[in-house]
Amino acid sequence: MNLIVTTFKNLIGIFVEDGTLAILLIVWVGIVALVLPRVPIDSSWDGAILFAGCVAILIENVVRAGRRG
Amino acid sequence: MANWTHIGPAVIAAFLASLLDSVEALTTVLAVGTVRGWRPAFIGTGAAMLVLALLVATLGPALGLVPISILQVTIGMLLLLFGMRWLREAILRSAGVIAAQDEATVFAKATTLLGRERQGVVVTWDTAAIATTFEAVMLEGLEVVFIVIAIGSVGNTLIPATIGAAVACVLVMIVGFALYRPLARVPANLLKFTVGVLVSAFAIFWLGEGLGFSWPGKDAAILGIIVILIAVAVGATRLVRYSASRPTAHEGSQT
Repeated sequence: MNLIVTTFKNLIGIFVEDGTLAILLIVWVGIVALVLPRVPIDSSWDGAILFAGCVAILIENVVRAGRRG
Repeated sequence: MANWTHIGPAVIAAFLASLLDSVEALTTVLAVGTVRGWRPAFIGTGAAMLVLALLVATLGPALGLVPISILQVTIGMLLLLFGMRWLREAILRSAGVIAAQDEATVFAKATTLLGRERQGVVVTWDTAAIATTFEAVMLEGLEVVFIVIAIGSVGNTLIPATIGAAVACVLVMIVGFALYRPLARVPANLLKFTVGVLVSAFAIFWLGEGLGFSWPGKDAAILGIIVILIAVAVGATRLVRYSASRPTAHEGSQT
Protein backbone atom coordinates (compact mmCIF):
# COMPACT_ATOMS: atom_id res chain seq x y z
CA MET A 1 0.00 0.00 0.00
CA ASN A 2 2.85 2.29 0.96
CA LEU A 3 4.62 1.52 -2.33
CA ILE A 4 1.48 2.39 -4.33
CA VAL A 5 1.07 5.71 -2.50
CA THR A 6 4.75 6.56 -3.00
CA THR A 7 4.61 5.63 -6.69
CA PHE A 8 1.44 7.72 -7.16
CA LYS A 9 3.03 10.70 -5.41
CA ASN A 10 6.15 10.33 -7.57
CA LEU A 11 3.99 10.18 -10.71
CA ILE A 12 2.11 13.36 -9.76
CA GLY A 13 5.44 14.97 -8.87
CA ILE A 14 6.63 14.48 -12.45
CA PHE A 15 4.00 16.96 -13.63
CA VAL A 16 3.22 19.18 -10.67
CA GLU A 17 5.65 20.99 -8.40
CA ASP A 18 3.90 24.31 -8.04
CA GLY A 19 0.14 23.74 -7.93
CA THR A 20 -0.70 27.27 -9.09
CA LEU A 21 1.35 26.90 -12.27
CA ALA A 22 -0.30 23.59 -13.13
CA ILE A 23 -3.84 24.84 -12.42
CA LEU A 24 -3.38 28.08 -14.38
CA LEU A 25 -1.97 26.22 -17.39
CA ILE A 26 -4.89 23.75 -17.38
CA VAL A 27 -7.43 26.58 -16.99
CA TRP A 28 -5.77 28.61 -19.79
CA VAL A 29 -5.79 25.66 -22.22
CA GLY A 30 -9.46 25.07 -21.30
CA ILE A 31 -10.37 28.73 -21.91
CA VAL A 32 -8.51 28.81 -25.23
CA ALA A 33 -10.15 25.55 -26.37
CA LEU A 34 -13.67 26.73 -25.49
CA VAL A 35 -13.55 30.44 -26.28
CA LEU A 36 -11.30 30.92 -29.31
CA PRO A 37 -13.45 28.92 -31.77
CA ARG A 38 -16.39 31.21 -30.84
CA VAL A 39 -14.54 34.53 -31.14
CA PRO A 40 -14.62 36.19 -34.59
CA ILE A 41 -10.86 36.67 -35.02
CA ASP A 42 -8.50 35.45 -37.70
CA SER A 43 -7.91 31.76 -36.85
CA SER A 44 -4.22 32.02 -37.76
CA TRP A 45 -3.79 33.82 -34.40
CA ASP A 46 -5.19 30.92 -32.33
CA GLY A 47 -1.86 29.13 -31.84
CA ALA A 48 -0.05 32.37 -31.03
CA ILE A 49 -2.68 33.25 -28.38
CA LEU A 50 -2.31 29.80 -26.78
CA PHE A 51 1.48 30.21 -26.73
CA ALA A 52 1.38 33.80 -25.39
CA GLY A 53 -0.88 32.79 -22.49
CA CYS A 54 1.40 29.90 -21.48
CA VAL A 55 4.43 32.21 -21.58
CA ALA A 56 2.64 34.89 -19.50
CA ILE A 57 1.66 32.29 -16.87
CA LEU A 58 5.25 31.04 -16.63
CA ILE A 59 6.70 34.56 -16.29
CA GLU A 60 4.17 35.57 -13.61
CA ASN A 61 4.88 32.35 -11.69
CA VAL A 62 8.68 32.64 -11.66
CA VAL A 63 8.61 36.35 -10.79
CA ARG A 64 6.24 35.64 -7.89
CA ALA A 65 8.45 32.73 -6.74
CA GLY A 66 11.49 35.01 -6.98
CA ARG A 67 9.84 37.64 -4.75
CA ARG A 68 8.88 34.95 -2.24
CA GLY A 69 12.51 33.85 -2.24
CA MET B 1 5.64 9.96 -41.16
CA ALA B 2 7.86 12.07 -38.93
CA ASN B 3 9.97 14.86 -40.34
CA TRP B 4 13.25 16.36 -39.18
CA THR B 5 11.61 19.34 -37.43
CA HIS B 6 10.11 16.69 -35.09
CA ILE B 7 12.84 14.03 -35.07
CA GLY B 8 15.71 16.43 -34.27
CA PRO B 9 14.19 18.13 -31.19
CA ALA B 10 12.61 14.82 -30.06
CA VAL B 11 15.94 12.98 -30.05
CA ILE B 12 17.73 15.93 -28.41
CA ALA B 13 15.03 16.21 -25.70
CA ALA B 14 15.12 12.46 -24.97
CA PHE B 15 18.94 12.38 -25.00
CA LEU B 16 19.37 15.38 -22.68
CA ALA B 17 16.59 14.32 -20.27
CA SER B 18 18.10 10.84 -20.08
CA LEU B 19 21.58 12.33 -19.58
CA LEU B 20 20.40 14.45 -16.65
CA ASP B 21 18.28 11.76 -14.98
CA SER B 22 20.97 9.10 -15.51
CA VAL B 23 23.54 11.33 -13.79
CA GLU B 24 21.16 11.72 -10.81
CA ALA B 25 20.41 7.98 -10.67
CA LEU B 26 24.12 7.12 -11.01
CA THR B 27 24.87 9.04 -7.81
CA THR B 28 22.61 6.70 -5.79
CA VAL B 29 23.83 3.56 -7.61
CA LEU B 30 27.45 4.51 -6.90
CA ALA B 31 26.64 5.28 -3.26
CA VAL B 32 24.91 1.92 -2.77
CA GLY B 33 27.65 0.04 -4.64
CA THR B 34 30.43 1.70 -2.67
CA VAL B 35 28.90 1.21 0.77
CA ARG B 36 26.68 -1.88 0.47
CA GLY B 37 28.33 -3.79 -2.38
CA TRP B 38 27.81 -3.93 -6.15
CA ARG B 39 25.53 -6.98 -6.19
CA PRO B 40 22.48 -5.24 -4.66
CA ALA B 41 23.27 -2.06 -6.63
CA PHE B 42 23.21 -3.95 -9.94
CA ILE B 43 20.15 -6.05 -9.00
CA GLY B 44 18.15 -2.90 -8.10
CA THR B 45 19.32 -1.06 -11.22
CA GLY B 46 18.68 -4.02 -13.52
CA ALA B 47 15.18 -4.62 -12.15
CA ALA B 48 14.24 -0.95 -12.56
CA MET B 49 15.68 -0.82 -16.10
CA LEU B 50 13.66 -3.90 -17.00
CA VAL B 51 10.42 -2.34 -15.74
CA LEU B 52 11.19 0.91 -17.58
CA ALA B 53 11.97 -0.95 -20.83
CA LEU B 54 8.70 -2.89 -20.51
CA LEU B 55 6.80 0.39 -20.03
CA VAL B 56 8.29 1.82 -23.24
CA ALA B 57 7.74 -1.42 -25.17
CA THR B 58 4.07 -1.74 -24.14
CA LEU B 59 2.79 1.83 -23.65
CA GLY B 60 4.60 3.32 -26.66
CA PRO B 61 2.96 1.18 -29.38
CA ALA B 62 -0.36 1.11 -27.44
CA LEU B 63 -0.59 4.91 -27.53
CA GLY B 64 -0.11 4.74 -31.28
CA LEU B 65 -3.61 3.20 -31.50
CA VAL B 66 -5.28 6.27 -29.92
CA PRO B 67 -6.66 8.87 -32.40
CA ILE B 68 -4.00 11.52 -33.01
CA SER B 69 -6.12 14.57 -32.02
CA ILE B 70 -6.98 13.00 -28.62
CA LEU B 71 -3.34 12.05 -28.15
CA GLN B 72 -2.16 15.54 -29.07
CA VAL B 73 -4.44 17.20 -26.49
CA THR B 74 -3.95 14.75 -23.58
CA ILE B 75 -0.23 14.09 -24.06
CA GLY B 76 0.26 17.75 -25.02
CA MET B 77 -1.30 18.86 -21.72
CA LEU B 78 0.87 16.45 -19.69
CA LEU B 79 3.98 17.50 -21.63
CA LEU B 80 3.10 21.16 -21.02
CA LEU B 81 2.89 20.58 -17.24
CA PHE B 82 6.16 18.60 -17.31
CA GLY B 83 8.07 21.00 -19.56
CA MET B 84 6.93 24.14 -17.74
CA ARG B 85 7.83 22.52 -14.37
CA TRP B 86 11.40 21.86 -15.57
CA LEU B 87 11.66 25.30 -17.19
CA ARG B 88 10.39 26.99 -14.02
CA GLU B 89 12.90 25.09 -11.90
CA ALA B 90 15.77 25.89 -14.29
CA ILE B 91 14.87 29.61 -14.35
CA LEU B 92 14.65 29.78 -10.53
CA ARG B 93 17.98 27.92 -10.17
CA SER B 94 19.69 30.18 -12.73
CA ALA B 95 18.36 33.24 -10.90
CA GLY B 96 19.68 31.88 -7.59
CA VAL B 97 16.25 31.54 -5.98
CA ILE B 98 16.62 27.75 -5.64
CA ALA B 99 19.98 26.24 -4.68
CA ALA B 100 21.70 24.22 -7.40
CA GLN B 101 21.82 20.45 -6.85
CA ASP B 102 25.32 19.20 -6.12
CA GLU B 103 25.79 15.51 -6.95
CA ALA B 104 28.95 15.29 -4.80
CA THR B 105 26.97 16.44 -1.72
CA VAL B 106 24.10 14.05 -2.53
CA PHE B 107 26.65 11.21 -2.86
CA ALA B 108 28.33 12.08 0.46
CA LYS B 109 24.96 12.19 2.29
CA ALA B 110 23.82 8.91 0.73
CA THR B 111 27.04 7.03 1.59
CA THR B 112 26.91 8.30 5.19
CA LEU B 113 23.27 7.23 5.56
CA LEU B 114 23.77 3.82 3.90
CA GLY B 115 26.94 3.18 5.93
CA ARG B 116 25.17 4.05 9.21
CA GLU B 117 22.30 1.66 8.39
CA ARG B 118 24.73 -1.17 7.71
CA GLN B 119 26.87 -0.91 10.88
CA GLY B 120 27.18 -4.27 12.61
CA VAL B 121 24.76 -6.00 10.24
CA VAL B 122 25.86 -8.86 7.99
CA VAL B 123 23.35 -9.63 5.23
CA THR B 124 23.32 -12.00 2.29
CA TRP B 125 20.33 -10.42 0.54
CA ASP B 126 20.42 -6.64 1.08
CA THR B 127 16.77 -5.70 0.47
CA ALA B 128 17.22 -2.09 1.62
CA ALA B 129 20.13 -1.52 -0.78
CA ILE B 130 18.26 -3.16 -3.69
CA ALA B 131 15.14 -1.08 -2.91
CA THR B 132 17.21 2.13 -2.72
CA THR B 133 18.76 1.66 -6.18
CA PHE B 134 15.47 0.38 -7.65
CA GLU B 135 13.57 3.44 -6.38
CA ALA B 136 16.25 5.91 -7.53
CA VAL B 137 16.49 4.43 -11.03
CA MET B 138 12.68 4.12 -11.33
CA LEU B 139 12.09 7.67 -10.12
CA GLU B 140 14.58 9.24 -12.53
CA GLY B 141 13.79 6.77 -15.30
CA LEU B 142 10.05 7.44 -15.21
CA GLU B 143 10.66 11.02 -16.34
CA VAL B 144 12.72 9.80 -19.30
CA VAL B 145 10.19 7.10 -20.16
CA PHE B 146 7.40 9.69 -20.08
CA ILE B 147 9.30 11.98 -22.47
CA VAL B 148 10.20 9.10 -24.80
CA ILE B 149 6.65 7.70 -24.88
CA ALA B 150 4.91 11.08 -25.07
CA ILE B 151 7.12 12.67 -27.70
CA GLY B 152 7.61 9.38 -29.51
CA SER B 153 3.94 8.45 -29.79
CA VAL B 154 2.57 11.85 -30.81
CA GLY B 155 5.45 12.84 -33.10
CA ASN B 156 5.84 9.30 -34.50
CA THR B 157 9.44 9.28 -33.27
CA LEU B 158 9.34 6.49 -30.68
CA ILE B 159 12.38 4.62 -32.02
CA PRO B 160 14.69 7.66 -32.50
CA ALA B 161 13.67 9.05 -29.07
CA THR B 162 14.30 5.64 -27.42
CA ILE B 163 17.71 5.40 -29.08
CA GLY B 164 18.57 8.95 -27.94
CA ALA B 165 17.62 8.15 -24.34
CA ALA B 166 19.44 4.79 -24.35
CA VAL B 167 22.64 6.30 -25.78
CA ALA B 168 22.69 8.95 -23.03
CA CYS B 169 22.10 6.33 -20.33
CA VAL B 170 24.92 4.08 -21.59
CA LEU B 171 27.23 7.10 -21.94
CA VAL B 172 26.63 8.16 -18.31
CA MET B 173 27.16 4.58 -17.07
CA ILE B 174 30.47 4.25 -18.96
CA VAL B 175 31.81 7.63 -17.81
CA GLY B 176 30.47 7.22 -14.26
CA PHE B 177 32.01 3.79 -13.69
CA ALA B 178 35.26 4.80 -15.42
CA LEU B 179 35.64 7.84 -13.14
CA TYR B 180 34.14 5.92 -10.21
CA ARG B 181 32.56 9.01 -8.74
CA PRO B 182 29.36 11.08 -9.23
CA LEU B 183 29.33 13.32 -12.29
CA ALA B 184 29.21 16.60 -10.38
CA ARG B 185 30.50 18.69 -13.29
CA VAL B 186 27.61 18.01 -15.63
CA PRO B 187 25.80 21.32 -16.28
CA ALA B 188 22.57 19.95 -14.81
CA ASN B 189 20.66 23.22 -14.90
CA LEU B 190 21.54 23.92 -18.53
CA LEU B 191 20.29 20.44 -19.42
CA LYS B 192 17.08 21.02 -17.44
CA PHE B 193 16.63 24.41 -19.14
CA THR B 194 17.08 22.90 -22.63
CA VAL B 195 14.76 19.94 -22.01
CA GLY B 196 12.19 22.29 -20.44
CA VAL B 197 12.23 24.49 -23.56
CA LEU B 198 12.05 21.57 -26.03
CA VAL B 199 9.29 19.68 -24.19
CA SER B 200 7.23 22.85 -23.65
CA ALA B 201 7.59 23.74 -27.34
CA PHE B 202 6.37 20.29 -28.42
CA ALA B 203 3.52 20.51 -25.91
CA ILE B 204 2.27 23.90 -27.06
CA PHE B 205 2.55 22.95 -30.74
CA TRP B 206 0.69 19.66 -30.31
CA LEU B 207 -1.97 21.19 -28.06
CA GLY B 208 -2.63 23.74 -30.80
CA GLU B 209 -2.76 21.03 -33.44
CA GLY B 210 -5.05 18.86 -31.33
CA LEU B 211 -7.43 21.79 -30.75
CA GLY B 212 -7.55 22.44 -34.50
CA PHE B 213 -5.52 25.67 -34.39
CA SER B 214 -3.36 26.62 -37.32
CA TRP B 215 0.32 27.47 -36.96
CA PRO B 216 2.15 29.83 -39.30
CA GLY B 217 4.73 27.80 -41.22
CA LYS B 218 3.01 24.52 -40.21
CA ASP B 219 5.57 22.10 -38.64
CA ALA B 220 8.37 24.68 -38.85
CA ALA B 221 6.46 26.71 -36.22
CA ILE B 222 7.89 24.36 -33.59
CA LEU B 223 11.36 25.79 -34.26
CA GLY B 224 9.97 29.32 -33.88
CA ILE B 225 8.34 28.37 -30.57
CA ILE B 226 11.68 26.95 -29.36
CA VAL B 227 13.55 30.17 -30.23
CA ILE B 228 10.93 32.40 -28.58
CA LEU B 229 10.82 30.17 -25.47
CA ILE B 230 14.62 30.38 -25.11
CA ALA B 231 14.43 34.19 -25.33
CA VAL B 232 11.54 34.31 -22.85
CA ALA B 233 13.30 31.98 -20.38
CA VAL B 234 16.57 33.96 -20.53
CA GLY B 235 14.63 37.22 -20.07
CA ALA B 236 12.58 35.72 -17.22
CA THR B 237 15.77 34.62 -15.44
CA ARG B 238 17.09 38.22 -15.52
CA LEU B 239 13.70 39.56 -14.44
CA VAL B 240 13.53 37.14 -11.48
CA ARG B 241 17.11 37.98 -10.46
CA TYR B 242 16.29 41.71 -10.62
CA SER B 243 12.96 41.48 -8.80
CA ALA B 244 14.41 39.15 -6.13
CA SER B 245 17.24 41.60 -5.43
CA ARG B 246 14.84 44.55 -4.92
CA PRO B 247 13.40 45.01 -1.44
CA THR B 248 9.62 44.64 -1.22
CA ALA B 249 7.52 47.68 -0.20
CA HIS B 250 7.21 46.22 3.30
CA GLU B 251 10.98 45.67 3.64
CA GLY B 252 11.67 49.12 2.18
CA SER B 253 9.47 50.85 4.76
CA GLN B 254 11.35 49.11 7.58
CA THR B 255 14.75 50.49 6.56
